[in-house]
Formats: sequence, structure tokens, C-alpha cells
Amino acid sequence: MAKAANIKTLKIDGRDVSARQNETILEVARENGIFIPTLCTLKGLSNVGACRLCLVEVKGTARLQPACVTRVEEAMEVTTNSERLQGYRRAILELLFTERNHVCAVCVSNGHCELQSLAQKLEITHVHFAYRYPEAEVDASHERFIVDHNRCILCTRCVRVCEEIEGAHTWDVMGRGIDAKVITDLNEPWGSSQTCTGCGKCVHVCPTGALSEKGKSVAEMLKRRQFLPYLTQMREEDRS
Amino acid sequence: MSPEELDQIAETERQAQLGFKHRVNVCVAAGCVSCQSEGVKQAIEKDVARRGMGADCEVKGVGCMGLCAQGPLVSTSAGVLYQKVAIEDAPAVVESLLAGPDPRLLCKTDVPFFQAQKKIVLENCGVIDPERIEDYIAAGGYTALMRALGELTAAQVIEEVTKSGLRGRGGAGYPTGLKWSTVSKAVGERKYVICNADEGDPGAFMDRSVLESDPHRVLEGMLIAAYAVGASEGYIYVRAEYPLAIKRLRIAIRHAERFGLLGNYISASRLSFHVDLRLGAGAFVCGEETALISSIEGKRGSPRPRPPYPAQEGLFGEPTLINNVETFANIAPIIRNGGEWYAQIGTEKSKGTKVFALAGSVTNTGLVEVPMGVTLRQIVYEMGGGPPEGRQFKAVQTGGPSGGCIPADFLDMPVDYENLAKVGSIMGSGGMIVMDETSCMVDVAKFFMDFCASESCGKCVPCRVGTYHMHRILDAITERTATAQDLAQLQELCDLLKNTSLCGLGQSAPNPVLSTLRYFESEYQAHIEQHVCPAGVCGKLEEALHG
Ligand SMILES: Cc1cc2nc3c(=O)[nH]c(=O)nc-3n(C[C@H](O)[C@H](O)[C@H](O)COP(=O)(O)O)c2cc1C
Ligand code: FES
Repeated sequence: MAKAANIKTLKIDGRDVSARQNETILEVARENGIFIPTLCTLKGLSNVGACRLCLVEVKGTARLQPACVTRVEEAMEVTTNSERLQGYRRAILELLFTERNHVCAVCVSNGHCELQSLAQKLEITHVHFAYRYPEAEVDASHERFIVDHNRCILCTRCVRVCEEIEGAHTWDVMGRGIDAKVITDLNEPWGSSQTCTGCGKCVHVCPTGALSEKGKSVAEMLKRRQFLPYLTQMREEDRS
Repeated sequence: MSPEELDQIAETERQAQLGFKHRVNVCVAAGCVSCQSEGVKQAIEKDVARRGMGADCEVKGVGCMGLCAQGPLVSTSAGVLYQKVAIEDAPAVVESLLAGPDPRLLCKTDVPFFQAQKKIVLENCGVIDPERIEDYIAAGGYTALMRALGELTAAQVIEEVTKSGLRGRGGAGYPTGLKWSTVSKAVGERKYVICNADEGDPGAFMDRSVLESDPHRVLEGMLIAAYAVGASEGYIYVRAEYPLAIKRLRIAIRHAERFGLLGNYISASRLSFHVDLRLGAGAFVCGEETALISSIEGKRGSPRPRPPYPAQEGLFGEPTLINNVETFANIAPIIRNGGEWYAQIGTEKSKGTKVFALAGSVTNTGLVEVPMGVTLRQIVYEMGGGPPEGRQFKAVQTGGPSGGCIPADFLDMPVDYENLAKVGSIMGSGGMIVMDETSCMVDVAKFFMDFCASESCGKCVPCRVGTYHMHRILDAITERTATAQDLAQLQELCDLLKNTSLCGLGQSAPNPVLSTLRYFESEYQAHIEQHVCPAGVCGKLEEALHG
């Protein structure tokens, strides 16, 4: 009896799917090959529900729910791709493009950027909000890595991987609203950070060209994420 | 402390007070302190001493009397209220105890501003000395706690609160009884009670007034809550900009501990409860419950998605009850008089009273506590005296940056949670700003959007970038350089933020824009199409600069 209750069945986009209790809508959707756009979530890190791209409609709830943190429930009916949701997603991506200076043509991550590929996938051909063109810093003081705030979308994956996986907590966020930015230590140059172990995990979880390795030219920065599922799996096994 | 000991203290204090033939109460809450009421109090004390009346006359510092704009306020045992009392007026005040009211300083109290109020939350404000626990006890303080501990089970306490119909005064109006019952059912190693005293809405100061005038009432409410939900630790999260409230809370906690009203096995019951203060650093978003909890935990104060709600997983991952100052301030009277008594006051779905901070273009500015369901006209015109001579009422803004502007058409609407929501505003924490023909509604919307943009925590994209763009567009409209397309974009962003933002800040940030668009669209059009500001507000500065 108790075991049976651990499995939930629900409908996503009209399809009947089953899920383990405690799974999120996003996890179940991915298992079933249903695409939901995301930027802030990354398997192996905690979820913050910040990018708002994964919002879905759940029947019976007035508010849209972030799929990355919403747990499945028995008989739930989820819609992941209505016209309304598509409109919101495009608007959110557009807002990201206006916020900093995302110039793909000269970016180290051109062609390997999650922001760019999502925009292509959602068929964003132009941005109808005004660009902000802020002056953003580039910190190249670290011997192997660079942080380019022009490309940062504040997904905070670097902050989370550094705290949760590496255990260094070199990265954090300072400032509020449009002035928020990721910082190393107490907003000191990355190169002189006392806490950075130089592991490079932050660079490889970064979805855009904000964090990159030195010496990479346009389109050369490939990110390798394999370590993350591997590490989390090892830890889980260790725990059980 | 046993109920008998409490009675004893109350009796002793009452006798001591009866021993004085005269009493002068000087307001020492922040409003009056800022115009030197402490100096006035000293001067009166000195004058009393000089006349050798020390044994006959008690000079007492008390909390807020409501009509802050006329401070310093002084009341006497002869039943009169004096306004704008200066240090030089001290002898006249003391003289009047014997010689009869001084007409020069007199503040009329037989007016609706005072008469139409119904005081529950503010019943002790302006009456007791907030720095003496004995005075609170003499006014019936902590008897509700004794009743709860001695006569009621935790479930019965929750039942009374549920019966009362009390809803959260922090803004959203969530039923308090339901929240308590959820926390009481949640399982955890320990539970917490948090009092939200971050009060960040511009212009709102109800919570500050309660904390400065009657801090024990909030502690008593928290204690009863702790008993009801099974919590052992409490925090009061109060903004650091409220130094006087913090000082009085510290004193109140120390006194309550000394009297055995905070600590272990309170009144020989199962209840052990400790309270600590945490100071906020002035971020509006830290008033949002999950951000507040994160801040208490020592982390960056940014909200997280709910569920899980704090009731299930709150402070340090444990079940947590979080209520607003005014919500807690209602608890003791409810337990003392019963939930049914409270439920008789107010409207069908909004029970009890609400404290409003009346400000802007009204004759009487200050704090008023009124039963739910009085009309806006009663508050603004009868109590507030309407806009000053020669000014024309235009709108009243309620709910601060999350609220909206209500035009004259709705002046006869009874004020409660439902009605305010229906007209596109919210109750919020109780700020009420009256505007006249000299206010430009686009400019008002821009003011609040500026606030939201700079107070956005920056975590979620729609709020962080959306409020920036909305402010930019509103700015362009007030500069009269915006186009119809800009207006369409503004509306698109309203919808986006409302539906996709992570927390209440972003979700409600469009409200001031939406409500002004709803009732004053012609003003937007005038800025955009005719390039004029009908109220003559926008562009005034440039004209002044460039002649
Ligand atoms: C941006 C934002 C700011 C808030 N600020 C406050 C505040 O200053 N004081 C407060 O009591 N509640 C505030 N709230 C509401 C709290 O999140 C929470 O709902 C409230 O403290 C619950 O108490 P109640 O049920 O007694 O109203 C705020 C909410 C949001 C979204
Ligand atoms: S992936 Fe869910 S909010 Fe970003």
C-alpha cells in the first residue's frame, strides 16, 4: 500500500505520464521528452526558480507554476506550451537580451550558448524592448578564467555550484534589482580571491559566455558539465 | 508568574495611579519625539516639581495619540488634549490642571477624527507608558495569555482566532486562524513564531506606532501564538530605521523575562518561549516572508518560490508562523473577549478593525483605527477633514507600491479586503494617501515604479528587468516623449510581471500603473498625444530651469 502511493500519474500536455513522488514537473517532462525551456536550473544543483522560463499552467491553479520546483501531484493536468506561455517566455528572453550586452558575434560562447540556442529555438528574431547598453566590467585578474559581466544573466549557477558542490562559496550576488551582479569574495578581483580553489566548475556550469577560460577566442568556449551528474550521483550513493 | 500574581501587580499599579490627583500624558512616540516632545515632558516635570506638586501629579510618557501632524500632543487627567505644545508651554499645561483648559493649546477631541475611531489595536496607545510593563498589566495586559494557558487548549485558542475571522494585516489578508492551524499541524523538531515588523511601504507607520506605544501587546500576541502552534522560539524582525521601536521592544522583552512572562514553563505551563530581535537593513523585499526568513538565517534577503510555505518549511527548515505586528496586536483582545465578539465588528468577510495611516492632501493626517466597512468618504472627509481649503479630491492611494489609486466614484465604497481588490487596489498594510488635482497620476505611477525597481531583489528576470523598463517608459511618458507603442509595451509588461514574477513584489508592482490606467487613462493620453501634463506637474522643473 505504502509503496503504491509513491507513484503518481498525471497528464502533461494531454499525455498520461507516471512519476515518482517528489519529482518535479520538469524532471517528469524531460523523462518523457517534453521540452520546457530553462536557464537557471541545472541538474545537480539546488533550484531557485529565478529565470521564470519554465512556468507552466496547472489546471485548477490560478497562478503559473515554475516546473523546476513544482512537485508532481496525482491527477495533475499540466500544459507546458500554450500560446500564452510562449509569449511570456519570448518576452522574458527578450528582457535578458536588453539587460546587458549580448553580442553573440564576438562572444567566446557563440554557438555553445544556452541563451542563444533558446532564443533560436523560441524563434526570437528581434527584440522589441529598448536595449539598455550598460557599461559592464570584465575581470580578467584570475590566471585561468575571465568573468565578463556583459554576458551574465544572473542565473546564479556559479554561486550554487561553488557553494553546494565545491564548498568554497567564492561567488555570491551583491546589489539589488538591475544593479545586481555576481561577485567573487567581497567584490574583490577574482585573481586575488582567497577562497577560490581554481576548480573551474563555475565556468563550466555558466550557460553563457559570462565565465570562460582564458585563451579562448570567439566561439571556442565549450562547456563540460559531465562532472556534475557524476559528482551528485557519487554523493547520493555515498549517503545511502 | 501565576494569574493571581498578575492580578496583584495590576492592583498595586492601579492603586499607585489612583494616588495621583492629576496626570499629564506626553506623547513620546517617534512623531512627537521628532518635534521635541521629550523636552516638553522634561519641562512639564520640572514645572510640576517647582510647584511642589510632585506627589499629586504624575507626568507620564505615553505612545502615539494619532494626530501626529499636530504634535507634540499632551493630554491631561482633566480630559483635554493639547496640540503643538512647545517647551515654553509647560507652565501653562500644568497651570491648566488647576485653572481649567487652556484654549490656546486646545485640540478638539469631539470631532470625527477621534470619535469615529474604534480602538482595539490602539486601545493602549497614548494611554500607557510603553516602557513600564506594570502599566500594561494594569490595563489588563497578559490576562489573555493567562486565560489561554490556564483555561484553553491550544486547539481552543486556534478555534477562537478562527472564529474571530481575523485576517493577516501584513497585506494579503490571509486568514490567521487557518495559518495557525496549519503550523500547529506541521511536524518539526521545533517551531518558530516570527513577527514581521519590517513595515516597508512608503508612508506607512502603523506597526511602528504599535511597537513604540504598546510593545507588550505584540509580545502577548506572539506568546499566545506560540502556545497555540507549539513554538518555542520567536523572532521579531524589525527594520533598523525604527530605533525607538527597537529600544522599547528590548525593554519590553527584558521586563517580560524578569516577570516570568517569557522564558521556560511560563506560568507553570508547558509553554516555554524565548524572543529575540533581528534588525532589517532597510530592504523592502525583506518584508516578504521567505526573504525575511532567509535574512534571519543570515543569508541574502531574497525570496524563494513557495510552496513549501513557511508554515511547512520556514526558518531553518522548520515549521514557522509568520504574522504582522498588527495581526499579533489583535490577538490578546480576541482571547480576552472571545472570537465571537471580534467577529461582530466589520463586514462579512473582513472582521475587526484596521489601522490606517492617513496622509497626503487631507486636513488631519495621522493614524486612525476604524471598523472594517466604513466608507472611504468617512475616512477621508469626515475623519480626515478632506483636502485642505481650495483643493479638489482626485484619488486615494491605498496599499503602497502594491496597491492602486481609487477615484472619487468609489468614495462611498465600504473599505474591506474584497472591495479594495474589486476596484484594483489592495488593503496592504494600511497606507492611505489622499491626492488632489495637483497630483499627476502618471507621475504617481512612476514614483511607485521607481520604488519597485530599486527595491526589486534582482533574482527573477521579469521583476529585475521588467520594473526597469516600466520605469523607463513611465519616465518617457512624464517627459512627454513617449509614443502609443510605448504605452502598449507598458501594458504588456504589466501583464508579464503580474503573471510571471517570483514574489509578491514583482507580481504586484504593476498595480499602481494598472489602476491609474483604468481610471485616469486620459491623463496618459494627454501626455502622449498632446504632450501636456493636465495636472501641470510633469516638466515643471525643466520650465523652471529653462524659463
Ligand atoms: C514585497 C513584499 C513586502 C512585504 N512587506 C511586508 C511588511 O513590511 N510587513 C508585513 O507584515 N508583511 C509584509 N509582506 C507580507 C508578508 O510576506 C507576509 O504575508 C505577512 O508578514 C504575513 O503576515 P499576516 O498573515 O499577519 O499578514 C510583504 C510582502 C511582499 C511580497
Ligand atoms: S528553470 Fe525554473 S525558473 Fe529557471
